[in-house]
Amino acid sequence: MATSRPSPRLIRAAPALSGAALLLALAMLLAVSVGAFALTPSEVFRGLAERGDPVTARIVHDLRLPRVLVGALVGANLAIAGALLQGVTRNPLGDPHILGFSAGAGLFAVIAIDVLPAAPTAIVTPAAFVGSLVSAAVVYALAWRGGITPVRFALAGVAVAALFTALSTAVLATSDRFTQSVLSFLAGGLYGSGWDEVGHIWPYTLVAGVAAILMADTLNVLALGDDVARSLGMRVERVRLALAVIAALLTGSAVAVAGLLAFVGLMVPHVARLAVGGDYRAVVPLSALLGALLLVLADTVARTVIAPVEIPVGIVTAVLGAPALLLLIRTRT
Amino acid sequence: MTAVFELQGVSARLGARIGGHLAIRDCSLALHRGEITAILGPNGSGKSTLLRLLAGSLRPTSGEVRFEGHRLDALSPRAVARRVAYLPQSPIAPPDLTVAELAWRGRYPHRRWLAGIAEADRRAVGAAMTLAEVDDLAGRALGTLSGGERQRAWVALALAQEPDVLLLDEPTTFLDIGHQADLLRLLARLNRDRGLTVVMVLHDLSQAAHAADRIIGLRDGVVAFDGPPVEVLTAEGVSALFGTRVRVMQDPESGRPVVLPALDGHRGLDTPVE
Repeated sequence: MATSRPSPRLIRAAPALSGAALLLALAMLLAVSVGAFALTPSEVFRGLAERGDPVTARIVHDLRLPRVLVGALVGANLAIAGALLQGVTRNPLGDPHILGFSAGAGLFAVIAIDVLPAAPTAIVTPAAFVGSLVSAAVVYALAWRGGITPVRFALAGVAVAALFTALSTAVLATSDRFTQSVLSFLAGGLYGSGWDEVGHIWPYTLVAGVAAILMADTLNVLALGDDVARSLGMRVERVRLALAVIAALLTGSAVAVAGLLAFVGLMVPHVARLAVGGDYRAVVPLSALLGALLLVLADTVARTVIAPVEIPVGIVTAVLGAPALLLLIRTRT
Repeated sequence: MTAVFELQGVSARLGARIGGHLAIRDCSLALHRGEITAILGPNGSGKSTLLRLLAGSLRPTSGEVRFEGHRLDALSPRAVARRVAYLPQSPIAPPDLTVAELAWRGRYPHRRWLAGIAEADRRAVGAAMTLAEVDDLAGRALGTLSGGERQRAWVALALAQEPDVLLLDEPTTFLDIGHQADLLRLLARLNRDRGLTVVMVLHDLSQAAHAADRIIGLRDGVVAFDGPPVEVLTAEGVSALFGTRVRVMQDPESGRPVVLPALDGHRGLDTPVE
């Protein structure tokens, strides 16, 4: 009987989840292999174990591996944040970039880097998290009129994102920073990511990712609407706040290391939903894996397509994301 | 009879917008255990608002709503949700959710965080789906159902909560007469066998007269009449409530009133068609 198992979806999602995990592992191996200095898989594994040729070991260990890890973590963060925000706002346009979470994070990160040059780099990620929360609060306040409607939420987000991004650009335009890192920040890029960046983002991914998975069943109930969720005993406002904080942790840390990366949070949860249906217990972990997969592959393209020059990965995700979004609009409505 | 819900001087406005007009004005009433109450009234008279106040979806702007003697807003929502189920008028139905998954959501207030599935959950969901007659639809996605089937799926969710009080906002509106009768029979049976208290907003006056022990008529957010169907559903009372002329007859079998609109210039059956 169908009622004897409450989560057939999860069991049905198992192949998708393990498939995505396998693809991610392969993509990471590929990403570490390719570059100005092509490596075979066995060289990669020897480099990881820090055996064999010391130059290869340096390339694998100090350059490519941390960059691939940062890409995977950033992709996972943005995709989970997108899934949460689509659930909270019940809006397919729920996305950290569109709702202004990224722009606030970016502005605070830019201020922390450029206006307070004496501050330690470790302050950038917490600053971005705070900025993300601030913009979320501003968007919420602007959209609030005795309740939140999904459309007003998205419109307020677009407005706040435009303003905060303009302010970030203004600060960057007047700074004397290296052009490529400015471009990499504005378009979203992993230029120069190393172990420091891995250290800045992984605690956020771990804590907020686990929290997101624990909240997934709550999101399932929230999907039935505020009235039904409330009548099922949920403290809706409190849950929304908790989910917004989790999304801000994920977005803030992603923006702190990769800048204003669009489309990942918007696109990936929709793909996950097409694969496993609407149950957030499956959508959240699958989004994390697919987001990581997308960004690892996109960054490999970004590094190699016109090597030795690299383009910001955000340009690759936008080139992939824009047609994907149009396809989504045509098939879903 | 003991009061399940009590409203004392309750006023409320929709959407909590400051300056908006009051949808419920200075309303005081008590709803009793084991009663089936129907709320009637013209469009915009505050019927749904009254139900949302009882469900705790809306806070009164003044006065207080009490559940079993305690202020509703001071009780844990989860504890209340184990006792009171509420079905809004057109709830949001994620189209790819299956009927069984929807029914399982009704166990949310009973389940403890991170705890596994208890046998009680399984039993409650199974029983709810059987009562709502959705066993055959268990694996179907909500987006593929007819309006009537979807309504029954939502009833399964409400019953899976194992409530003693059921609040329903126009539960029969999208159903054909057969499924309307099925739902009203189900409510009558749960009321008789388990003492389920039912409060529902209905549009069909004769249906309300037939299904309810008590009728509350609302107009402009104020209780216009309140009592057993035979006493309050008079031609004068109903005509005044809706601002239109009606005729009231008696069902020869149950003795309950039957309400028909009096259509002016209406051709009698014996008038020949030209």
